[in-house]
Amino acid sequence: MSEIATDLPRHQPASVVTEGGLVRGLLIAVAIVFLALFLVLPLATVFVQAFAKGWDAYLAAFHEADAHAAIRLTLITAAIAVPFNLVFGIMASWAIAKFEFAGKNLLVTLIDLPFSVSPVVSGLIYVLVFGSQGLIGPWLLEHDIQIIFAIPGIVLATIFVTFPFVARQLIPLMQEQGTAEEEAALTLGASGWHAFRTVTLPNIRWGLLYSVLLCNARAMGEFGAVSVVSGHIRGLTNTLPLHVEILYNEYNFVASFAVASLLAGLALVTLGLKSLLEWRYAGDIAASGRRH
Amino acid sequence: MAEPPLRPRRRFRQPSVIPGFGLTLGYTLTCLSLVVLLPLAALVVRASGLGFSGIWEVATDPRVASALRVSFGVSALAALTASVFGFLVAWVLTRYDFPGRRIVDAVVDLPFALPTAVAGIALASLYAPNGLVGAQLAKLGIEAAYTPVGIYIAMVFIGLPFAVRTVQPLIVEIDREIEEASATLGAGRLHTLTRVVLPPLIPAVLTGFALAFARGVGEYGSIIFIAGNLPYVSEIAPLLIVIKLSEFDYGGACAIATIMLGISFVTLLAINLIQAWSRRRFGYV
Amino acid sequence: MTGSTAIRVENLSKTFDTAAVLHDLSLDVRAGELLALLGPSGSGKTTLLRIIAGLDFPDRGRIVFGAEDATRLPVQQRAVGFVFQHYALFKHMSVADNIAYGLNARKRSERPAKAEIKRRVGDLLDLIKLSGFADRYPSQLSGGQRQRIALARALAVEPRVLLLDEPFGALDAQVRKDLRRWLREIHDRTGQTTIFVTHDQDEALELSDRVAVLAKGRLEQIGTPDEVQEAPVSATVLKFLGDTIEVEAIAQGGEVRVDGRLTPVVAPPGLVGPVKLYARPWQLQFAEAGEAHLHGTVRSSYRSQGRQRIEVDRIEGKTVVVEASDTARLPAGREVGLRILAGHVFAG
Repeated sequence: MSEIATDLPRHQPASVVTEGGLVRGLLIAVAIVFLALFLVLPLATVFVQAFAKGWDAYLAAFHEADAHAAIRLTLITAAIAVPFNLVFGIMASWAIAKFEFAGKNLLVTLIDLPFSVSPVVSGLIYVLVFGSQGLIGPWLLEHDIQIIFAIPGIVLATIFVTFPFVARQLIPLMQEQGTAEEEAALTLGASGWHAFRTVTLPNIRWGLLYSVLLCNARAMGEFGAVSVVSGHIRGLTNTLPLHVEILYNEYNFVASFAVASLLAGLALVTLGLKSLLEWRYAGDIAASGRRH
Repeated sequence: MAEPPLRPRRRFRQPSVIPGFGLTLGYTLTCLSLVVLLPLAALVVRASGLGFSGIWEVATDPRVASALRVSFGVSALAALTASVFGFLVAWVLTRYDFPGRRIVDAVVDLPFALPTAVAGIALASLYAPNGLVGAQLAKLGIEAAYTPVGIYIAMVFIGLPFAVRTVQPLIVEIDREIEEASATLGAGRLHTLTRVVLPPLIPAVLTGFALAFARGVGEYGSIIFIAGNLPYVSEIAPLLIVIKLSEFDYGGACAIATIMLGISFVTLLAINLIQAWSRRRFGYV
Repeated sequence: MTGSTAIRVENLSKTFDTAAVLHDLSLDVRAGELLALLGPSGSGKTTLLRIIAGLDFPDRGRIVFGAEDATRLPVQQRAVGFVFQHYALFKHMSVADNIAYGLNARKRSERPAKAEIKRRVGDLLDLIKLSGFADRYPSQLSGGQRQRIALARALAVEPRVLLLDEPFGALDAQVRKDLRRWLREIHDRTGQTTIFVTHDQDEALELSDRVAVLAKGRLEQIGTPDEVQEAPVSATVLKFLGDTIEVEAIAQGGEVRVDGRLTPVVAPPGLVGPVKLYARPWQLQFAEAGEAHLHGTVRSSYRSQGRQRIEVDRIEGKTVVVEASDTARLPAGREVGLRILAGHVFAG
């Protein structure tokens, strides 16, 4: 054999199924510039504006009774809404994923419903039930129970808008895992509760954490629905997002953005943890979504 | 002597050894009814009290009609923008490797995580005539804040993740062999992209568009600060509901809400039809 | 008809990351032949096929189509027909559109007229016996039907060479057998130069004009199915082509002895000293202790497809499988002797 060792051109494409380097670079640039302009810039603005007048002005926004009250109310709301939806999500996904019954698809659709309802409408429907002109408003008034323009209304509206978060994440995950492991546990003599605790729960724990994270972010940040039912009573029925709005409308920009930066920080932490979970436990968070 | 023949009986639920069906389903239905169904029923009751003519009357009120037009029109435009750039972003994120890809991917979800009020005031201050971007736009003669342009910007912001996250998993799943097959048959890259890669993605792109559209129509927090809320110009339908409520005009608020819900359901139905069609035709969603 | 060289693979080397998958591999493909690339997984056979197609690129070496150096030719211009293991049909296109794809992708000036395309699609559908299926979609077809459509699509562009990657790998046994026979028929009818990759030796031996046996990125042997079976050049080839029994032996002057007893196996000139003797299960026979090369006790025996297979624990320790057609069922524990009737020897 003769010596034929052709050296190939250095820039041979790595794969025939991709675009040329120039096109690739251009598309990446367009995507990054677009995201920077539309998503990152607003986020950065929050912090820039919050610190526009220095640390002292920033901190002053939190040394205020109304801000404390807003933080407290937001925490209370999340502390009720998130566990409620956590329990609901586990119950619903157990019933839906582990059993075959008539009307299952309808049930799933109904659970998803709050996602497709405008936040303002979500608030409105509670006013229609509990408001002074609402369905049971007069009865509530008689018994001196206040729901709308009070904390219960805020909690209810928050539960509504975050209702599907946990269930929607867990149902496909548990469906994919099937019932074999639980059945095995039962044949080995475990009780239903024991099987759930020792077999099901470990299998869904990362997906559960993931959905709780997102549910919490939405619960603390909800604005439209809460705005409708709160009545904006300063120091009493203002959550953090509502407090941001009031300060902004009073042209108290530094304070408004300072409080907003707290929520933006929460969003960043949520995104960070979420990405970490996706990266670390990709297979355990969501059903793989394989069709066929 | 003959025992009754064993006959498969249609039953509510398939038999299973797994316990807890009654408890969990009962709990689920109770919560669902109390939290979601009953309050929504209150809206339906109210709206049916108005009757079709009552709703029509509200809808044709010039201010309401204008707000609906702004909400649906601008949202459609914003969803279109979000779909186009969302596709581009999804493609870049799945197909190309570049430094910081993971971070860019995480950033896409920002509108999901950032409270809408925070996004709202940030966008408003950016696009205000004296804001960082607003000042530049003003030089070009574009007024963003307090016009439908501002609403459009906020809706693109809020709709983008929907557009990206619906197409992204499908781009991931594209079989490279399909593209290689096209290349071996002599097709250039552009021909492969337009004839082989893109057509199967169209249903997902449409779904993403519909989701972004529905979200844009209902969105409130991120829009009201930048919109300026001028009646007949930059007032959106959800805001009008809030205004009607503050005037204790429950009927008017219900009518607008019903119209919005109606169109949301039509959108959802459209999504389902797209997916059903796609499944029938190609065997996948 | 087989004749001149259609494709010449010269000194091909390819490394993925740090693992070398092809080492200085050279190979000639004759015009009109049906060549099997046979090897275990990781032997580099699929990489070789993809480099010929232009889907992967070699680090060193050349691919020559006829007289043309195709090494740098983009895949689109190579005019190869590639059939993918999982068919890679376009799901959103009808069967007819799939088959016509390569023709429609041509520049307007080179594209056949619509009627001509339609005619050609019809002819190909006839060839693959799926005439009524033009308007179906891939999701409505069975695996075997999809495979045939993939083949028709590749043939439609009248390729210089047809390349098939594990063409029957994803099909069940019966469909597989039918399709093998059918591929052979199509090849005989069209005379299309064809290379197919397989890890199944039966498939390679049954179907091909010549078999190229690859192992660890090198070409071990290329020859007709008879040649590689009757005269394997290495133990690797021999072992890969079927079950073997490995026995220590001594070679001297062309004679091969096992346990001091002469065997009918002939050692190639120059092979002297301790060697390994390889025999197929049917190249052993039960024999009296005085004539036997191997000794042991029956462990078990079973019938499979009309033949008796007996497992024998050799005294030396290893278990061997003997295949015989005329043996009465041997009880487990019976002491037996085995005679080697034929085999091959290679240096240990």
